[in-house]
Amino acid sequence: MLSLILIVVASFFFTGIIIRTKSLLSGRMGPGIFQPMKDIWRLFRKGSVYSETSGFVFKLAPTVYFASVIMAILFIPFGNQPGLFSFEGDFVFFAYVLALGKFFSIIGALDTGSSFEGMGASREALYSLLAEPAFFLLMGSFALLTGQTSFADIFGTLHFTSQISYAIGALASLVLLAIALIENSRMPVDDPKTHLELTMVHEVMILDNSGFDLGLILQTTNLKFAMYGALVANMFLTRGYEIYYSIPIFIGVQFLFALIIGVIESFWARFRMNHNPQFILMITSIALFIFLGVLLMLGKIV
Amino acid sequence: MLPFVLLIFIPLVAAFALVASGERVKAWIAATGVLLSALVSSFIAVQALQGNGFGYTYYGGQIFGDVRITVDALAAWFILLMNFTVLTAVFYGRSYMKAYHGMKANLNLHWISYLVNHSAMLGVYMVHNSLAFLVVWEVMAISAFLLVIFEHWKIETLKAGINYLIQSHVSIVFLMIGFLWISGIQHTYDFSAITDYARQASPAAGILLFVIFFIGFGIKAGFVPFHTWLPYAHPAAPAHISGMMSGVIIKTGIYGIMRVILLENTNFMVIGTIVLVVSIFSGLYGVMLAIVQHNLKRLLAYHSIENIGIIGMGIGLGAIGVGIGNSFLAFAGFAGGLLHVLNHSLFKSLLFYGSGNIYQAIHTLNIDGMGGLMKQMPRTAILFLIAALAICGLPPFNGFVSEFLIYLGLFEAIHSGQFEFTALIILSALGLVLIGGLAILCFTKAFGIIFLGTARHEYRHHAAEAEPGKLIPMVAVVAMIAAIGLFPQFFIEFLRSPVQQFTGEVFVNGAQLTVSSTIQNLTWATWGFILLVAVIWFARKRLTASSSTVAGPTWGCGYQTSDARLQYTASSFVRNYRKLVEPILSVKKHKSVISGIVPEKGHSSTHVYDLLESALIDHPIRRIKAFIGRFNFLQNGSVQFYVLYGVIFIFIIIAFPLLVDAVVFLFELVKQL
Repeated sequence: MLSLILIVVASFFFTGIIIRTKSLLSGRMGPGIFQPMKDIWRLFRKGSVYSETSGFVFKLAPTVYFASVIMAILFIPFGNQPGLFSFEGDFVFFAYVLALGKFFSIIGALDTGSSFEGMGASREALYSLLAEPAFFLLMGSFALLTGQTSFADIFGTLHFTSQISYAIGALASLVLLAIALIENSRMPVDDPKTHLELTMVHEVMILDNSGFDLGLILQTTNLKFAMYGALVANMFLTRGYEIYYSIPIFIGVQFLFALIIGVIESFWARFRMNHNPQFILMITSIALFIFLGVLLMLGKIV
Repeated sequence: MLPFVLLIFIPLVAAFALVASGERVKAWIAATGVLLSALVSSFIAVQALQGNGFGYTYYGGQIFGDVRITVDALAAWFILLMNFTVLTAVFYGRSYMKAYHGMKANLNLHWISYLVNHSAMLGVYMVHNSLAFLVVWEVMAISAFLLVIFEHWKIETLKAGINYLIQSHVSIVFLMIGFLWISGIQHTYDFSAITDYARQASPAAGILLFVIFFIGFGIKAGFVPFHTWLPYAHPAAPAHISGMMSGVIIKTGIYGIMRVILLENTNFMVIGTIVLVVSIFSGLYGVMLAIVQHNLKRLLAYHSIENIGIIGMGIGLGAIGVGIGNSFLAFAGFAGGLLHVLNHSLFKSLLFYGSGNIYQAIHTLNIDGMGGLMKQMPRTAILFLIAALAICGLPPFNGFVSEFLIYLGLFEAIHSGQFEFTALIILSALGLVLIGGLAILCFTKAFGIIFLGTARHEYRHHAAEAEPGKLIPMVAVVAMIAAIGLFPQFFIEFLRSPVQQFTGEVFVNGAQLTVSSTIQNLTWATWGFILLVAVIWFARKRLTASSSTVAGPTWGCGYQTSDARLQYTASSFVRNYRKLVEPILSVKKHKSVISGIVPEKGHSSTHVYDLLESALIDHPIRRIKAFIGRFNFLQNGSVQFYVLYGVIFIFIIIAFPLLVDAVVFLFELVKQL
């Protein structure tokens, strides 16, 4: 339960920190850290506009999308405390429940019959499918390294001791960061601040959502960021650390995660659409390096 | 006597009743016949699953020898899942075939073939004598052919049917070679001869024997590269036949492969690796081609190939598990594969029934021509959506449970074994992940374009919801899908005895204990997720109850006059993907460039062709045709020549023994010298 509370709390700050970093780096003061949350709160109280074309699927989609991420968060451990649900192979459920949310957000976009939203849906479907192998390769490598198959056991037994293992830890953080960027449609895959619908991915999918549903979708993005941040944090919260150490570490990692995303977004331009698959497949090859590193550590290859 | 009643008596009586009856009751008679044999065989099968196997031997004359009719746990599992889909298909078909009233003879043939097909499949699962097995296998192939060509006045249907018939017979040739090989050495047609032979034969011979059987059964199952008949036969058949074929007929191939693994009982490691590698390839190739299809039923047919790949992965991993002595991998692999056989038979038949509803409503299967059907056909849409989620392997539906079992086996086994083994495991996991992701792309396209948005073309017919006669069998299938998704424990318990046949009793106990505690937790998580969605949905309802809702047009980014033609189509939805895989698949694109001040109407179309089909089927056939063409001069059309050929033939037949005698005499002479 502790991880759920901490992730939800972190999600309140996350986008605010990103935006603040970006504005400071571009020489502006920028809005307060809580501005994104205030926007979401405002949306929750607003009325909605529904297209005459859309129907039941469009109304259900944001709910399932939000629930899928909450469900995924329930699997994330905190140090040596397992998440609410924890069993052998739970990261498979984690990935598939996120995929279910993605499925609904895609068909929700298609329900509007808008050409723009179809375009966004098509891109989102392709990019998230390409990012999936990297995550499984990463978790497979950890399963191989630790001999465990649940989040809690994997992170509980993971120790970074040798030089190879430091490299693995760094690469794994990089892979998780990249997956978070792809899954949330941030730079360099997608620019959330662009004003041209033709170049959007996620933003263009939710053009028709308004009011409460839009608030849910925006909060889902925040939660997803904090969720991937928590996965990274978990690699550094191994057994033996007491709560008064781990909570600051957790918050520190989340803060750093948001800061890095803000810096990336300030200095990196968005790729051309047809270069995105290459970038995403590159993440898979980095994950392959992790796999090779684990094989090296275990002495399965010389 | 029971097998006789089941296999011959019930269909025979039903067939006579069918011919004699009026058109309205024909389908009911067929349904009753199927129901009776399904009840009797399910009774036997349930007993076999509980450990009371059914066995019966009768003397089949000098040629056949003793014909053993046995139902063991493996066969029982297949019989039970087959009966369910055959029943839903016959009830769905009853409603579907109303569109063809007036074709009395054709309907007679159709329903009689249906009964015969059911009996033949029961025979395939029960007979343990290779000669008798070939007979029922052939009967199954021919009756399925008759079922496929119901609309025989369409040339495409007939072509697809004949394609299927020919490939079925190629399959039979391979099975015959395998069976004759065994009986030639062991001098008996009983299945146990395979075990006896494999025990004393060299590993190479055993593996070659397996490969021959694998090709024979693999053609029926649709493993790549033996899959080419499937994408033709499924679209050509009526919807309930497509559902039944994809759901259960191709599973007889899976059964055959599992039976051979069980009978050979050696070389598990090599056999498992062969099956696994072919399966990963099948799964990926099937779904990659499925995405770019324009015809809904063809798309579903390619998905059958994908799912056969997933099933094969389970079986391959199970066999590898037995080979390396990893009981967990063995259990998870075989149980996952067998459960996926059931799961696929459910959601795939449901999808085909859904496509039948769509076809009878708008008379087209071209996905790009559809759109907005959810408003006219809401019930079909919901049923189709559930099936689509299930086939993508998403929780909380049944497809996830079987894929999860396979994943579980993979990740538990990843650290046992050498580098090659670990690499194989991680490759399988990546294959499964990619298959899942591609399936999501494919079914968001299928569901989104067919049912959502607005109609892309004006429908020539008024689209209306399907009648309850079609929807009720579909609801029955959904009930099963939900049951497996929500109570997987119950079904995995049933799998215990079939898996035990492969792994042995002691072996299975420990593994099953671990699996069942994990599955128990998985069940809690699934229920928790459903509860979570429900809570958020009701909270959303309560919180938005007071706020205003307005209806308006879809936001067109400032463009006010958007219409249906501006929507994304199926082809544009998968365009990015198509660009990515173009080097691997053969996609031909034709388009006319729009130019000038007063442009003419432009068009753009893509055609996908199966590269493997052109390499393995079309090209060899062209070569064979060219070769045979050289003997065209023999076909010169004058009767005198044909009489001459006959005379020459008779002369050779008579002279042949004399010729042989002469040759033998010459040899003797040479020897004496």
